[in-house]
Amino acid sequence: MPLTGKQSLALMVGVEELLKALADPTRAVILDELVEHTGQTLFEICNRLSSRHGINPSRQAISQHLQVLEAAGLVRSERSGRYKFHYVDTSPLAGIFERWPPGPTRPEP
Amino acid sequence: MKINLASIFVNDQAKGLEFYTTKLGFEKKNDVPMGEFSWLTVVSPEARDGVELVLEPANHPAVGPFREALVADGIPFTSFAVEDVQAEYERLVGLGVVFTQPPTVMGPVTTAVLDDTCGNLIQIAAMNETSGA
Repeated sequence: MPLTGKQSLALMVGVEELLKALADPTRAVILDELVEHTGQTLFEICNRLSSRHGINPSRQAISQHLQVLEAAGLVRSERSGRYKFHYVDTSPLAGIFERWPPGPTRPEP
Repeated sequence: MKINLASIFVNDQAKGLEFYTTKLGFEKKNDVPMGEFSWLTVVSPEARDGVELVLEPANHPAVGPFREALVADGIPFTSFAVEDVQAEYERLVGLGVVFTQPPTVMGPVTTAVLDDTCGNLIQIAAMNETSGA
């Protein structure tokens, strides 16, 4: 524990932001669609939400959702020439299990 | 009243004509010199008397920022109908055409989005076959 203390603290702060980012149905669906195909333009994300999920917020609202996901480290946006693509990165989710390891915790003998 | 023309801005009319004919497969219909530019149109060989696409010069200063903003967000300027999006995608990729969105089922249609190299993104689309219809 002492060895990793500082790093764990940083992760703990991140986990709360992460859970807030996930606690929105539209943002959860954005992640689903990016996991299916990473590297999407804003246009493609909006079309997928609308045509597959009946979610029709404004393009600006989707852009704001993407910013929240980006702040939580779950989405990375990258300019490639004249286009901007959005990539998913689920690695921050490991912080959740790091803080609350999966499975029942046995009492100390 | 009926629609006989649709316009698209191209960075360079010669380059535009090249892309829209040799890559997309349209045919030149009108090429009327008008000073620095031409009144230049293409049609689909599937509808030679149908709607003409006007390849307009993009020299107005407002055109640049407008199209850059659309392209950055992946928004196509217009959409063309194809029989089979996947087959057309493969044909065009073989010709070196760049896509910002591969063929994707979007509810009742399948779409893909390509770069026309003249400053626009273009969507190609086909209705999906509905079972039992």
